[in-house]
Amino acid sequence: MASITAAKNRLPWWVGPITVSTVLVLFTVYAMYVVFFRPDGQYQSLLSPFYSPPVGIPGWMPGWVTAPMLVLWIPLGFRATCYYYRKAYYRAFFWDPPACSSKAQEREPRGNNYNGERALFILNNIHRYFLYGSIIVVAFLWYETAVSFFPEGGFGMTIGSLVLLTNIVLLSGYTFSCHSFRHLVGGNKDCYSCVKSGGSTGSEVRSENFLRKLRRKTYNGVSVINGQHASWAWASLFMLLIADLYIRLLQAGVITDLRIF
Amino acid sequence: MDDRTADGGGLAPQAHANANGTAGENGKTTKLKIFRGDAEGGEEVEYELPMVEGMVVLDAVLNVQAEQAGDLAVRWNCKAAHCGSCSAEINGKPKLLCKTRMEEYDGEEIRVHPLKAFPVIKDLVSDVSWNYEVSRSMTPFTSDAQAPFTMYEEDVERLYEPKKCIECFMCQDVCHVLRTHNKHAEFAGPRFFVRAQWMEMHPMDNQNRLKYLHEERGGVGYCNITKCCTEVCPVGIKITDNAIIPLKERVADEYYDPAKWLMRKLRGNRNGARNGG
Repeated sequence: MASITAAKNRLPWWVGPITVSTVLVLFTVYAMYVVFFRPDGQYQSLLSPFYSPPVGIPGWMPGWVTAPMLVLWIPLGFRATCYYYRKAYYRAFFWDPPACSSKAQEREPRGNNYNGERALFILNNIHRYFLYGSIIVVAFLWYETAVSFFPEGGFGMTIGSLVLLTNIVLLSGYTFSCHSFRHLVGGNKDCYSCVKSGGSTGSEVRSENFLRKLRRKTYNGVSVINGQHASWAWASLFMLLIADLYIRLLQAGVITDLRIF
Repeated sequence: MDDRTADGGGLAPQAHANANGTAGENGKTTKLKIFRGDAEGGEEVEYELPMVEGMVVLDAVLNVQAEQAGDLAVRWNCKAAHCGSCSAEINGKPKLLCKTRMEEYDGEEIRVHPLKAFPVIKDLVSDVSWNYEVSRSMTPFTSDAQAPFTMYEEDVERLYEPKKCIECFMCQDVCHVLRTHNKHAEFAGPRFFVRAQWMEMHPMDNQNRLKYLHEERGGVGYCNITKCCTEVCPVGIKITDNAIIPLKERVADEYYDPAKWLMRKLRGNRNGARNGG
């Protein structure tokens, strides 16, 4: 690990922002292609995560509206306002700054118009609402993953169901390692031991103690996975692409979904 | 702070040893370019000196001061990465001179400059007194209770990390809001977000600093969380994840969350009046 870090540190400063901007542009182009041109993401019991939750398109909507348009704004909004991706795109697209060395910061656009997150990007403060929406999406994805383990009515496992399982595990890791979620479960409290319901009976005191321990354990647990939030973000992004591509290849008849048992 | 702002004065005993003892034995030398100048301007001057295995950059700088440039100004104190005095920039990145080995730059040119986000006094010494002004502008820790406090471990475990800060101000130096955009008048900087997080999350503190952070001198909204401060912290404080973002979330609670705003309206509370319980 130390040697990887050392090798990374030896790379020129521009490698990071160029790589991130390239990957994010490619992902955005692919996502737009799915949103505008691919109305169907289902193959037998497998549903592409781009189409979850599956919604019907009301008859009054124009013909060019596709199912992903109605749902994809939630996970995309979650990623666009995510604290990790904010760092990534401020560095990669705005060069504000592109990296931390003095040489890189000399390339940063200068002037008196720097506002950070006080002007347009103040909208990123809405991140927690995208989190709430994403938690609902994650619940649907778990359900659809469970459905994929019943390929022909009975329990079974295919490569496709494993792909969806990997996808939802990584996506759950990304969603629940979110900084806003960490704030929600305990970061907003100064005092865990101060949970007071006013109760004095044995069961009420036990309930208070349970709440205290639950909050602390949840906060500490989320803090652990939050430390790897960037890794969850990238892994879940790539897995999302892999899952969607896998189902497209199945739809096109290029591959078959191998059954394991 | 009892820093030795050495101007031909304080000299590390080890530097003497390096210069006069084993240094010449293997005949190896190294080169170092050091900024020489003051607020009016200056230039890099190259020095060649004996290379000793295990030598840190501060050893090299002090060797130069002892043997070649008695008027070279460098601030240092503990030489053990505990006091934060010897922070400077090596090849454009903030580093503690006493914690950075010369071997890390094997085959590379080594260029040592003062912290650039602050005015240079002389050579490697910057005037960091602006930080103390910011510190004074922030409401200090205030409690109704009398110390020593009785607190549960679960309530204070988050407070250990921010207390590791050694005030080297390297996070302030690398922060582009200060370094590139010169927002010194309206932005407190990462070091003081760490301090604010410690106080805001302290169960015995009874003050609220969110208004300071959002509307006043703190300027936390200028931070765009690009994590350079975390990258350079010599004691490994995860400044962005554990200090700045938690504070931004608390600011969002107070100023940007429509549901919480509505609840405050119904209860008749004002923005920035929170005192986290």
